[in-house]
Amino acid sequence: MTKPESEWTWKELPVGNVVLEPGNASQYRTGDWKTLMPVLTKERCIHCGLCYIFCPDMAYSVNEEGYFIADLFYCKGCGICARECPTGAIAMVEEEK
Amino acid sequence: MGKRVGMEVSIAAAEAVKQANVDVISAYPITPQTHIVEHLSELVANGELDAEFVPVESEHTAMSVCVGSEATGARSFTCTSSQGLALMSEIVFITSGLRLPIVMIIANRTLSSPLSIWNDHSDVMSIRDCGWIQYFVENGQEAYDHVFCAYRLAEDRDVLLPVIINMDGFILSHVIEPIEFIDQEEIDRFLPPYKPLYRLHPDQPVTMGAFALPSIYTETKKAQEVALLSSMPKILETWKAFGDLTGRYYNPIETYKTEDAETVLITMGSFGETASVAVDRMREEGRSAGLVKIRLWRPFPFDAFRKAVLGAKNLVVIDRAISLGGPGGPVASEVKAALYGEESKPTVYNYVAGISGRDVSPSDFIKMVDKAEIEIEEGKKDGYEIYGVRE
Repeated sequence: MTKPESEWTWKELPVGNVVLEPGNASQYRTGDWKTLMPVLTKERCIHCGLCYIFCPDMAYSVNEEGYFIADLFYCKGCGICARECPTGAIAMVEEEK
Repeated sequence: MGKRVGMEVSIAAAEAVKQANVDVISAYPITPQTHIVEHLSELVANGELDAEFVPVESEHTAMSVCVGSEATGARSFTCTSSQGLALMSEIVFITSGLRLPIVMIIANRTLSSPLSIWNDHSDVMSIRDCGWIQYFVENGQEAYDHVFCAYRLAEDRDVLLPVIINMDGFILSHVIEPIEFIDQEEIDRFLPPYKPLYRLHPDQPVTMGAFALPSIYTETKKAQEVALLSSMPKILETWKAFGDLTGRYYNPIETYKTEDAETVLITMGSFGETASVAVDRMREEGRSAGLVKIRLWRPFPFDAFRKAVLGAKNLVVIDRAISLGGPGGPVASEVKAALYGEESKPTVYNYVAGISGRDVSPSDFIKMVDKAEIEIEEGKKDGYEIYGVRE
């Protein structure tokens, strides 16, 4: 997709609005739905990966240091990770825009 | 030239679907559509038609199966009536949005309640704005012929829209008529194999039926409407090619004795033949009457319609469906909209008649014209009544 969908004219739409680019849902920013964002306190993290497992948007991935970090481009701020974290390492805090 | 055979119209329509060499048929039986799909299932079971017949538990699923099969590039067919169409309607709208060239015959039947198995147009009028190309056929030959026209048109790369063939339940579906069959070689020349623009295939993955945000939905509908409106030249081209093949030329609007006619009847579907008998009788009596038959309901042929009626003084529009709480029947609404911008226009008088299969004879049409002419003469501008109601 060379330009955002909101700039497409009707003439540029493929017949039947077929999506020709496989996997382009990854370009969809669901991160701007959130009001709260997860913040990790590394000292408490035991690297169990429950946040990664429970995240409904697969926003979590492991960084080089072995911590699970939410990609805020996708994170909707649902707070499931914070709820499931067994050590309380994740806090949901208001996102500053 | 093919041979002429006496045959039930449903069977002839099913034979046409066979000759159109469909790949997938999915349908659920409902009166009065049953004979069409019953015959198709026999043809498949007997090995006379190399197609998948998918028996389903509902019309909602029948159309869903067709959407899936058409999306893979298989020529697909379904058929329904009344309550079946109502149950299917969710997927009917999806089909046109996805631009899948499915062909469906509707053996038109009344919607409940009260429960009625007989004919009128209330079923298809409930999905009037579904975005399909919609024909109304007048007799068995037209029903047979339009299966080929429908597939050729639907699958045209410049069209890619589904097509509904409306044929009056019982009045056409269950009547034996002489049908002139077209040789298979000629059909094969007229209707080449379907080459889909996009299809579901692992080699080239695509997504069909994706979600659209408010930021793009309006553009999708504009594109869909333009596609439907600009199918008109192809609709005409398809009928011309069919006429060149068979000698039977069809038009979006058919006129009968309208030259210099003061009063013109407007009908859609099988009413046309009966109304033409009424026009003949009125002409014999020296009355200035004519008939306009609407064959193409969507996209509505506004220009051809205006050209056909603008010389007349009175239009008597016969609807076979009620638009409850509206300005009259759905056809009359369209007719009035078509004429609104004209400086000098005929007066429209609207009847709803023949609902739930009640017979409308030539003398009924004459009575409707009589009353309309008198009341318009007396100054009535917006006549509307449900014809033949016992007071």
